[in-house]
Amino acid sequence: MLQVAPPRQTRVNDFVVKFANVNGSGSASANRLFARAILRMGVPVATRNIFPSNIQGLPTWYEVRVSEAGHIGRRGGVDLMVAMNPQTWRQDVAAIDAGGYLFYDATRPMPAAQLRDDITVLPMPLTAICNQRYADTRLRQLFKNIIYVGALAELLGIESGVVEQLISEQFKSKAKLVEPNIEAFAMGREHARKELGGPIDLEVRRADAVGERIFVDGNNAAAVGCVFGGATVAAWYPITPSTSLAEAFSRQCQRHRVDPATGKNRYAVVQAEDEIASIGIVVGAAWNGARAFTATAGPGISLMQEMIGLAYFAEIPAVIFDVQRGGPSTGMPTRTQQADMLYCAYASHGDTKHVMLIPEDPHECFAFAALAFDLADRLQTPIFVMMDLDIGMNEWLTKPFTWESDRRYDRGKVLSAEALEAGVEFGRYLDVDGDGIAYRTMPGTYANKGAFFTRGTSHTRYARYSEQGADYVDNMARLARKFETAKGLVPAPIATAAAEPTRYGVIYYGSTAPAMNEALQALAEDGIHLDTLRVRAFPFAAAVEDFVLAHDRTFVVEQNRDAQLRTLIINECEIDPARIIPILHYDGTPITERFISAAIAAQWQALVASAHNEAAE
Amino acid sequence: MTYVLKPKFHHPALPKNNLGLTHRDYEGSVSTLCAGCGHDSISAAIIQACWELDLPPHRVAKMSGIGCSSKTPTYFLGQSHGFNSVHGRMPAVATGASLANRDLVYLGVSGDGDSASIGLSHFAHCLRRGVKMVYILENNGVYGLTKGQFSATADIGSVSKQGVRNNDEPIDLISMAILLGATYVARSFSGDKRQLVPLIKGAIHHRGIGFIDVISPCVAFNNHPGSTKSFDYVRAHNDAVNALDLMIDRDEIVIDHEPGTVVEVTQHDGSVLRLRKIEEDYDATDRLAALGYVQHGHAAGEVVTGLLYVNHEMGDLNDRMNTVEVPLNSLGDAELCPGSAALDTINAALR
Repeated sequence: MLQVAPPRQTRVNDFVVKFANVNGSGSASANRLFARAILRMGVPVATRNIFPSNIQGLPTWYEVRVSEAGHIGRRGGVDLMVAMNPQTWRQDVAAIDAGGYLFYDATRPMPAAQLRDDITVLPMPLTAICNQRYADTRLRQLFKNIIYVGALAELLGIESGVVEQLISEQFKSKAKLVEPNIEAFAMGREHARKELGGPIDLEVRRADAVGERIFVDGNNAAAVGCVFGGATVAAWYPITPSTSLAEAFSRQCQRHRVDPATGKNRYAVVQAEDEIASIGIVVGAAWNGARAFTATAGPGISLMQEMIGLAYFAEIPAVIFDVQRGGPSTGMPTRTQQADMLYCAYASHGDTKHVMLIPEDPHECFAFAALAFDLADRLQTPIFVMMDLDIGMNEWLTKPFTWESDRRYDRGKVLSAEALEAGVEFGRYLDVDGDGIAYRTMPGTYANKGAFFTRGTSHTRYARYSEQGADYVDNMARLARKFETAKGLVPAPIATAAAEPTRYGVIYYGSTAPAMNEALQALAEDGIHLDTLRVRAFPFAAAVEDFVLAHDRTFVVEQNRDAQLRTLIINECEIDPARIIPILHYDGTPITERFISAAIAAQWQALVASAHNEAAE
Repeated sequence: MTYVLKPKFHHPALPKNNLGLTHRDYEGSVSTLCAGCGHDSISAAIIQACWELDLPPHRVAKMSGIGCSSKTPTYFLGQSHGFNSVHGRMPAVATGASLANRDLVYLGVSGDGDSASIGLSHFAHCLRRGVKMVYILENNGVYGLTKGQFSATADIGSVSKQGVRNNDEPIDLISMAILLGATYVARSFSGDKRQLVPLIKGAIHHRGIGFIDVISPCVAFNNHPGSTKSFDYVRAHNDAVNALDLMIDRDEIVIDHEPGTVVEVTQHDGSVLRLRKIEEDYDATDRLAALGYVQHGHAAGEVVTGLLYVNHEMGDLNDRMNTVEVPLNSLGDAELCPGSAALDTINAALR
């Protein structure tokens, strides 16, 4: 029984498909096949996994935004719902935009009361088809997923050859699985053609809009960055959503870091007993001259506090990836937020400040990961790479990774045996160059010069214990100077001027970027023009303060409840809080273009109204 | 952790080792621990062991946590790099350091608060991973720097200086070490330099973890009569504890005893430790027998010392991780960075 909604125009390469599945049902690889097929047709997609902290049986969603225009943020709304999970039926049906489509397993057809009359229903008896074709229950489940991919391919116009090619690549090492998968795909396609009337008015049409871009998640990208950045020691404790970063590093090292002559490893990865040990191992390795990192999420950062303070005060390089998730406490382990910004900026007790790099996409995850090791060595301090679940665990279409072939690592200020031999004065905390960064020596370098005692207690310029106020203040003031130096070394914010002169600006960062970029277009179409500044690091360059002061009002868009970056800006730049208006999204799902546009438009109208009132008075 | 400079004058007749170095070249700054502290005897044993082994001091890295014991790396090997990290985390920091450069000697010094309480998990995992290091635990059953609280190695029934009875089962780090797969497990006594120095030397030469639990009496806070056998005896002698609080004239305990004999050692406080040498037919390579012997000894109120268990076959963490023979921290750009061509391949696989 087909319910037919009013006819509408075919939308080509611009719509959202959402899969509602039960986790553990094998849907992930089928859904990914669907997305990659569209990419292979030259049409950009943005995919997002929305999954539970669970292995089997709970609801999971996979959203595929098809956008030839290249919008990779979430748009909001759904045009085609693939409803494979009865548990979430009601909310899934309700989520469909008017005029959209509902595809579902109609082995037991839903009564009309459970449907909507402003959408088109595409029923397909998937279970019945599978039961008829396959005897084995596991096969029934797995091929059901491939069958619906086949049906969707028919409905949306996805080329069979592309899907077959992807299946062949996927099962390269298990060739006997290729044929059954292709058969299941064809079965779904055939059924949709015969029973559902073929293509609908959402269409994937071959294009050339993907270009050189790659499809990768931020955790994998960061792991590649760690390999290229010269990391040799990684220590980590499993925690969502950072786990795949450490695991990807191990995989990449197996490919790129095994000495071909001896078969021995040029890396060491320790799965530690907890996050405290992870950061302890990193600090020990980096103190000893290896490039070392850990990857974790908010709860792990909480555990690492004391050691982070030690690394700050004793001035030891350390690279920490925080793939942020919903907090506080255990919070929402499988949802995304930008809610560790304040905590990482000032992590540990006492007066501390830390460098944070804030990538906007997997491309920058790679670049900033590699950069983090140079910065850690240069600044001799912890460097945080502030990712989040949306960037870390979702595959994004992103610019390819690049590496200048003449690039060399910056190992920072290290006194060699030759320098010690030549009689260079060594004070571990002596500010020779006036930039707050002192020279260090590596253990084992030279027989009777250059040894020092690293300690978390207050120390003199020569690393001797001291609780003299003057020594303490001298050291803390130098650390503040070093933080000033960092401003000139971290990635600068990126400013973009509005198409028309405006008194309003917007600051944003991290995974908010693609939705923000798209919202800017939508807002401009409504006459709301905004200059923008994408913050890429902490400490803030002077450009951040200048930007806020140059605008009557600045929106700061972020994914947390307490407007954490706004607080940082107000605090660090000593800016009147009234100048900065928070735009906050913190329900754990990635922020959408529609949310940002609506929130800013509402604030904008209030601002314009109050400006009118002031003028009237 | 006061820094006190020592005079640099060397007596010309001081004996030299094969590097031409005297004991003085292995010393650190002047100890600021209480006079008579067992820890100073251990520092002296470390100096003696390193000197006898002709170790270049700069090829040793000293690692510690927080506490009286963790202060001691300042007092030996002044020409070595040292790292006084945070409470209980020395094993983790040493693990990282050891991975970064497998060529140095890592000398970890910890205490019973550091390793048996706040850092128990790191102690355990460092041992089971086989980090190549000497792990010296200076064990006095008490928190010294915070003035006399029980540590987790305090025996059940023993009484604090304030008269409080310890009701909790002690953590026996030796039995744990053997269970956790440590490959060189020894116990000694800070007053028995003749036994301790060879144990340290053996641990330095061990490929893997060399764990030495050294009973090291605290003259300031565990210096009163007490018994590990009789709760009544402990309570009956509380007065004497307070009497010994004067802490005057505290000589270090020095004992010598023949193999196979049980020796009663009177501590500074007059309490008695029974130290027992290993039996002549003790098999230090039999893990289960060693564990049984230690447990039987503990039940009998004896402190079993010596090299209790050793296994030369397991290899260290670097071996298990199959890392290259050269230190990881010595690898250069060419060995670490796969280069732009490799990156092109990575990019291609992601399309």
